[in-house]
This record gives sequence, structure tokens and C-alpha cells, in this order.
Amino acid sequence: MSAVRSLIFAEVEEGQALSPLVHPVTATTVVLGAIASRDWRPMHHDKDFAINRNGTKDIFINTPTNAAWFQRFVTDWTGPKGRLGKMKFKMKIPVFPGDTMTLSGRVVRKSVDDTGCCWIDLDLAVSVGGKVNTECQARFALPADAGDNPWERHGDRWKP
Amino acid sequence: MTEMASDLPAAVRDLMNKPHYVEQTEFPIEIGYVYSMCAAVQDGNPLYWDPAVARELTGGQITPPAMLSVWFKRHHWAPGAIGDRRPMQLYFDIKDMLGLPEGIVASNEATFGEPVRIGDVLTISQYCRSISELRDARLGRGRYCVMEIETVNQRGEWCGTDTYNFLIYIKGGR
Repeated sequence: MSAVRSLIFAEVEEGQALSPLVHPVTATTVVLGAIASRDWRPMHHDKDFAINRNGTKDIFINTPTNAAWFQRFVTDWTGPKGRLGKMKFKMKIPVFPGDTMTLSGRVVRKSVDDTGCCWIDLDLAVSVGGKVNTECQARFALPADAGDNPWERHGDRWKP
Repeated sequence: MTEMASDLPAAVRDLMNKPHYVEQTEFPIEIGYVYSMCAAVQDGNPLYWDPAVARELTGGQITPPAMLSVWFKRHHWAPGAIGDRRPMQLYFDIKDMLGLPEGIVASNEATFGEPVRIGDVLTISQYCRSISELRDARLGRGRYCVMEIETVNQRGEWCGTDTYNFLIYIKGGR
């Protein structure tokens, strides 16, 4: 048994809020994410292009990096047994260098499917200055108890 | 969603629900990009950093599920490559065939299956699942169109599906 602790399903309640994560965004934050996601488009590394061609005020965080921030935010809380099943999101306002972004989230639903897999549905957001920049709905599987492990589910036993 | 508008040209109807542009990743999945992404978002999940934890919980090193779309991005340059290769060519084909030059993503959802493992070789297929009747939207006259990118690994196991709901339209067509 791993010494790494993971949250179990019974420890979570509908309506529960996650502790917010605050992160100051820099140009490095944006460019690191773009390179890691193999996104070579200039609006994620070239400020002149972003301003003059995209009409934005600076380079901005791309979609896969946004997804990675949400994933990290939730698994920081669940621990490594928390397994992402589904993610839907809407980027409304770009996140720029100089912004201080806040990730927040809330458990909206708990459920157990017909295979016994325990699910939590979350509403998540990235906000800057109190305004929501990105909305996200995500579904994670959690262990039913300390001996359970969602990563051991395959084929018909994994229905995200 | 399986809506198919009654007035679609036969060539478009023929494309529906069939795999198109089936292609493999340009390299076996590697850990370097995983470390870079975890560093970018300061993700300390031991599944990605500690091989012993990964072995115990997931049977070996895996990649973060939300990185699924990353593995199909083309190299910025490659010997002999000419022009841009677009990531969702079927979408552009259908826009051209329907004479609807503009398009936006109305929503996007990703569903994740078998984890992607270091060394995997993935294959994607593009599908068009539905095209609505013509309707007037705020941006112009057009159709809603659902496209999917389905990913499987070298064992044929389903790794995930990216579903895009596009509005394809012509400006001022109301």
C-alpha cells in the first residue's frame, strides 16, 4: 500500500468547496505550457503577434494548459487515485501575463455507477480580479475505500 | 447526438459516422513532455514524478489524461513537410462542401479512457456525428455540427474522445 494519501468517496460531500489556488501568471507560465503542449502558434509566445494579429493585450494561456491547471487543481485535493473521466470547458476571457489567477471549485454531485465506480462532478473556474475567465465541468472517479483504486478499472468497468 | 439534416448533399451524408483521416502519433509517447507540462502548471502528482507510485497505482508510468490532445500536434518543422497540416481536416472539408466558410467552437468536451502510457503509439480517427438543419444564429446563417476525434492505443484500447460542437456559418446570411 502506497504511503501517498488519496481522498476517498465518503470524505466528500455535495456542495463542498475546494480550497482556492492562487497563481501569478508570467510570460514564462504561458510559454512553458505552450511548449509542453506542442502548441507552436505565435499568440502563445510572440507578444507582437498577439497584439497586432489577434487583437489581445498580450500572449495568453492556451487550451491544453488551461486543462492541465484544472487537472492539477483537482488532483492536488484528491491525491493520485483521483482519476479524470471527463472535462468540458469554455474559455471566455484569455489569461495574460501579469494576471493573478484564482482556481476555484465545488462538488455538485456524487454518484455510483452500475459497475460500482464512485464519481464526483465538479464545477470549476479560473478567475482574474473576481471575473470568471474559464468555466469547467469535470468528472473524477474516487476510491470507494482505502483499498479501492479507480486506475484498476478498464474496459466495461470504466464508464466516464 | 445523431441529427442529420434532410437537405444535406449526398457527398456530405456519405461522410457521416465513418472514420476519416486516420493517423498515428509522430513519435512514441515520451516522458519529457509530461515533465514539461507538470512544471508549467506546478503539478506535483507523484503518478507522474515517482515511478514507484506509478507502478503501484497504474501499473507503470502514465501521462496526465488532460494531455491527450497534445500527442497529435505536428512538429513545427520536419524534413520535406510542405504547408500547414490542419488538426481537424474533416471539419474544414465539411465547411467547404456546405459553402459555410466561418466556424466557431460552441462547446468542447473530452472523455478519457485507458491511460496513455510512456512508449504508446496512438491512432486517431475523425468522425462527423451530426449536422443540423440550416438555422439563423447571432453570427449568421448556418448549421451546428458535432465532430469527434477518437483515440486508441496500439492494443486497440480506447484512450479518449474529444467532442466538438461547432457552429459553421456564413456571415450576414440571414
